[in-house]
Amino acid sequence: MGAVSTASNTQVRIATIGSVDDGKSTLIGRLLHDSKGIFEDQLSAVTKASRRYGDGTFNLALLTDGLRAEREQGITIDVAYRYFATPKRSFVLADTPGHAQFTRNMVTGASVSDIAIVLVDARHGVVEQTRRHVSIAALLGVSHLVLAVNKMDLVNWDETIFDTVVTDVAAIVSTLGSSVPIHPIPICATDGENVVDAGDKTPWYEGPSVLELLETLDITPVATIDARLAVQWTLREHGGSDYRGYAGRLEGGAIRVGDSVTVHPQGYTSTVAGLTRAGSPTDIAVPGDAIAIELTDDLDVGKGNVIVVSGAHQPVDATGLIADVCWFTDAELSVGDAIIVRHASGEVSARVAAITHRLDLETLENTPTDRLVLNDIGRVELALASPLVVDEYAVNRAGGSAIAIDPVSNATIGALMIRSGY
Amino acid sequence: MSAVTSQNELEILASRSHLDRLESEAITIIREVVSGCESPVLLFSGGKDSAVLLWLAIKAFAPARLPFPVMQVDTGHNFPEVIEYRDEFVRTYGLELVVASVQESIDRGDIPDPGPTGSRNRQQAVTLLTAIRTHKFDAAFGGGRRDEDKARAKERILSFRDKKGGWEPRMQRPEPWNILNPRIVKGEHLRAFPISNWTELDIWEYIAREEIPLPTIYFSHERTVIERDGMLLSVGGPVVPEDGEVPRKEIVRYRTVGDMSCTGAVRSTATTYEDVLAEVSTARITERGATRADDNFSESAMEDRKREGYF
Repeated sequence: MGAVSTASNTQVRIATIGSVDDGKSTLIGRLLHDSKGIFEDQLSAVTKASRRYGDGTFNLALLTDGLRAEREQGITIDVAYRYFATPKRSFVLADTPGHAQFTRNMVTGASVSDIAIVLVDARHGVVEQTRRHVSIAALLGVSHLVLAVNKMDLVNWDETIFDTVVTDVAAIVSTLGSSVPIHPIPICATDGENVVDAGDKTPWYEGPSVLELLETLDITPVATIDARLAVQWTLREHGGSDYRGYAGRLEGGAIRVGDSVTVHPQGYTSTVAGLTRAGSPTDIAVPGDAIAIELTDDLDVGKGNVIVVSGAHQPVDATGLIADVCWFTDAELSVGDAIIVRHASGEVSARVAAITHRLDLETLENTPTDRLVLNDIGRVELALASPLVVDEYAVNRAGGSAIAIDPVSNATIGALMIRSGY
Repeated sequence: MSAVTSQNELEILASRSHLDRLESEAITIIREVVSGCESPVLLFSGGKDSAVLLWLAIKAFAPARLPFPVMQVDTGHNFPEVIEYRDEFVRTYGLELVVASVQESIDRGDIPDPGPTGSRNRQQAVTLLTAIRTHKFDAAFGGGRRDEDKARAKERILSFRDKKGGWEPRMQRPEPWNILNPRIVKGEHLRAFPISNWTELDIWEYIAREEIPLPTIYFSHERTVIERDGMLLSVGGPVVPEDGEVPRKEIVRYRTVGDMSCTGAVRSTATTYEDVLAEVSTARITERGATRADDNFSESAMEDRKREGYF
């Protein structure tokens, strides 16, 4: 690609969200095109496909709508991932579907993103699907919300229309009690106004372009808890050595050789005897590192255990969970239903003990209910057959997230954000 | 001792590059699949992506041994340099190698013989599925990357395959927070793509950083080629010059490694990791567009092959 990347570049993950036809795929196509992230053969393939599926004008959305059904129907069904780099950062872009029926795919794309770009069609303003996506992004806890008010050319670049959208989105976020910063930009994705370069149609807007924002927003994770490691696998060397390394990804904080640790749920205490990061010995590791920990004591530790640096904020060994859930499947969720909960610390059978409420997307109020239906966002209480070692989602995303699995079909049917464990 | 508070720790955190983030993500996925499945295998073609994948897998379990075998699907039309490299790599790291042979599938009558010069790329899927069944593998790691093709760009990290080995894009399992769901019933299996989020440039930056050994054909050398449908194909094996095709010597290298019958070379003088890196960072055509006759065949060529069990 023409754009430069260096080995010390920061990687930023972004999801585009918003309703159908608000221009998510087109914006990504524009970002890739204008930052020279598209290869010549991809461009000629889009030109060819534009003739086949469109009115013949070059259709940027066809860069990411890669499945045959998507091209034929002119919609996005599943997340497409695209990659580009500028001299400042390298980007992973998840282009998520706007249709309500594919919300599960939107959650997948947004859950691992640092930044969400919410697209709103200036002509239609905030619609139910915008409210759904903004609510999910706020619940998921993205670090920044870039609000791209698109198709501004079709409303004559009217500042009052832009202001209305901004006010409406800010109201959603504050009603949900989220403090995610919102960065509003008026754009036209099809001709690139304010996407990569500042345009000349909006003298009343003096802020950065979409790309300038993506290159500069601070995405450094704020660590607020002690280091913890959910053990994925025990490394054992054969042939005489008694090496035992507990492998997993470090979350929360830094860990050093010599730190005292507690092993959950058993409650063993020990000391870090050695650390490896990506297979090489190290004295210190930071959150996000794939590491292995050796302990000074010979303990019965393995998959399902969480090793935590001793300190004030320990995870909870929980047999009950209160969680917000995004429900992904046509089958309703009711009190008494059996599901499987898969979490970093294990996979356990669970029963729905209570359904507290669902989020009404019209009023943004929590409404009492005894069942959740496809694409509902609601709160549940789960009774677990055996303990999981959990954190609150707000303090540790990895320890506070889980998926629900259908015990019969094995399908993934829900995303869980743990609010508390007991 | 709580959280990341000291200046030193913040500096370490800030020094983690995009390659570190990708490396950690891949290792985490590999460990998770191994702990969630009974009998995984890693597909090692000898190409650069599978070399990076295998390198990451070795790191994921170091200093312990790799807890699964590696498998190559041998089309019978491989570059000899790649087979040599495969054997050397497996010997150096003491790995267990399984070879699944397309020729044997042809001899058994499982797939029609495309003839000595026909492409065996599409037929690989049958051989692969037979080997997965025979060895009772329940998960196969592959070096597929989302930036390779628009159908790959849609695939999850864990790709669920039904009893016939097929992929159904509308039925993919959601993977919020990269929490993978490896549950399957007997006869089904999973494909796992730990380097989904790597680009060709990331691959080369990582290869250069880690000094990962590669087959010699990735670097500039002299080779007798013919030009067919805009591709430079190496003369020999399945590639026989047809009327009007004049073999000539060119200075070339390969950007991808696949079946000799459909993998094209590119003109290049890059002889070191750094040379290749410089070349890749200014390339104007995708690696598959430049070097794979099979993917240019139709607009949905890759999606169609994936539905049939291809990677």
